[in-house]
Amino acid sequence: MKILVCISKSPDTTSKIAFVDQNTKFDENGVQYIINPYDEWYALVRALEIKETLGGDVTVITVGPIADDAIIRKALAIGADDAVRIDADPTDAYYTAVQIAEYAKSNNFDLVLTGKETINYNGSQVAGMIAESLNMPFVSLASKLDVNGSTLTLEREIVGGLQVVEVSLPAVVSCAKGMAEQRIPNMRGIMAARTKPLQVVAPVSVELLTTYVNYTMPNAKSSCKMIDPMNMDELVALLHNEAKVI
Amino acid sequence: MSVLVYINSNSGLHKSALETVSYGKKLGGNLTVITSGSADDSSLATLGKYGANKVLVDRSIQGNDDQQLTQLIASAADSVGATTIIFSHDLTAKAVAPRLSVRLKAGLISGAIELPAADGTVKVNVFSGKAFGSVKVNSSVKIISLLPNSFQPEENGNNCAVESFSSNASSSLIKVLSTKKPEGEIPLPEAELVVSAGRGMKGPENWGMVEDLATALGAATACSRPVADIGWRPHHEHVGQTGVAIRPNLYIAIGISGAIQHLAGVNGSKVIVVINTDAEAPFFKAADYGILGDAFEVLPRLTEAVKKFKVSGQ
Ligand SMILES: Cc1cc2nc3c(=O)[nH]c(=O)nc-3n(C[C@H](O)[C@H](O)[C@H](O)COP(=O)(O)OP(=O)(O)OC[C@H]3O[C@@H](n4cnc5c(N)ncnc54)[C@H](O)[C@@H]3O)c2cc1C
Ligand SMILES: Nc1ncnc2c1ncn2[C@@H]1O[C@H](COP(=O)(O)O)[C@@H](O)[C@H]1O
Repeated sequence: MKILVCISKSPDTTSKIAFVDQNTKFDENGVQYIINPYDEWYALVRALEIKETLGGDVTVITVGPIADDAIIRKALAIGADDAVRIDADPTDAYYTAVQIAEYAKSNNFDLVLTGKETINYNGSQVAGMIAESLNMPFVSLASKLDVNGSTLTLEREIVGGLQVVEVSLPAVVSCAKGMAEQRIPNMRGIMAARTKPLQVVAPVSVELLTTYVNYTMPNAKSSCKMIDPMNMDELVALLHNEAKVI
Repeated sequence: MSVLVYINSNSGLHKSALETVSYGKKLGGNLTVITSGSADDSSLATLGKYGANKVLVDRSIQGNDDQQLTQLIASAADSVGATTIIFSHDLTAKAVAPRLSVRLKAGLISGAIELPAADGTVKVNVFSGKAFGSVKVNSSVKIISLLPNSFQPEENGNNCAVESFSSNASSSLIKVLSTKKPEGEIPLPEAELVVSAGRGMKGPENWGMVEDLATALGAATACSRPVADIGWRPHHEHVGQTGVAIRPNLYIAIGISGAIQHLAGVNGSKVIVVINTDAEAPFFKAADYGILGDAFEVLPRLTEAVKKFKVSGQ
């Protein structure tokens, strides 16, 4: 089984979010990047588990600049066999997805796994776009994935519930909580990662369908009004008359 | 200008459907709704009151396969010459809108929280709700998926025509083996009122009082991540950066410290009430109303006050 796992970087979840250049660019000063948690904890680990039981190869791919080699090495340390970095700035989901799809087309993967969404842009766009570009079925937000020969059985979240579905390979799946458990790389993995192959590929030319023009920060809350814990009638009255939410 | 709104009508008309139709109406021009699924004609016709000029329905599609839905929406877009296509940013949209974007080469704005600005840009949440981005679409056709509970439905027109529509979509490649639907629960992303609790509740056996408050208010229930991780509550209730992101009108946080990853998923809420024993809990900084006290004493009192309010109606 040949599995391609799409990983992206995201700022460490405790990072302070700020913008520079007249609020047109994310301020990377002092920001620590991690692998997007869904990509690392669920997509990558499940791919490795499948490889461990059925054999095969796990390739990780990212679209990003050279600085992203750090997160790629981490994915290799966790256990991926090899890595591909498409050397481009992933500012638009369509652009990013087409880059990945082009690489996947010429390398015949059985399964393409992504995270549920990136925690910086939260678009949930890239996976479905890869699937459409490859003309493959797409199972979104899977919390369970089992392989039986050339079919996958998956559990996925749908509007208001859970669904168990079956789909034939090749397919694209986006991975959510429940799929697997986080793995911490060990020393041997970290050493081995240094010599695993990391291929850098030039991007294909693709138009940008969207552009982030600028960013704004939410207004700070005015100070919190403290209510006497003995007087819940007052809270209810405030929620009704002042906040007008009940 | 022609606007096409896709709605999921499999389990009746959700509030999110009314939100997207009302949003589409505000963009101006002719508004068509496309849906698959089982809602009957008379309820679909009521979408006219929110601004639809016409509803197209294809009942041959179950709506489980995003490739079929993509074909359906693409052919509806073609037949009405749509320049803007609107979804509610729910689980269906997350699967279908990206496919449609590639198929139509139409830029996709996911999770819009406002109408387009004068310069055409649309505001979305980024960095898990810690900031906003303004996004511009470079293609002639746009796709916008609207974050639930960001836009109030407005009712003022009349019923509209409902016509059947066929996209001749190919057969589904996704075989559904079973579906589990929680009965009668309010889906969390759509809930206007949410009662949420954290590790401060000490154990799953104490959730009765959280549920009592939720029932009295008619609210959905949610929880912090560790509570879902240790299995006190189901995973779908987990809100935050790595859980569901919500923006209800009212979010009541009980025994939750207010870690940055938790706040990321809830700080779009219009009003936040925090109940915590620790005056230094970071959540108070994000709250509109704070109660410094023990949840085990405050909750029953609050539930009683809500019930009294509901009976008296004021
Ligand atoms: C990468 C990453 C992603 C994460 N994503 C999420 C996420 O999506 N969502 C999320 O929630 N967390 C997330 N977390 C975890 C987050 O950092 C916090 O650990 C978590 O939110 C804490 O949960 P809590 O507030 O329920 O528990 P605690 O931090 O233990 O807080 C319990 C609170 O209850 C109060 N309390 C105790 N007893 C009472 C009482 N009797 N009455 C009233 N109050 C009481 C305490 O004062 C305290 O403030 C993430 C962490 C990481 C590293
Ligand atoms: N720059 C990127 N390189 C590789 N994979 C990506 C990139 N951006 C997003 N992805 C993948 O697509 C998923 C969804 O991303 P998004 O559409 O941004 O929410 C992520 O969880 C990743 O698996």
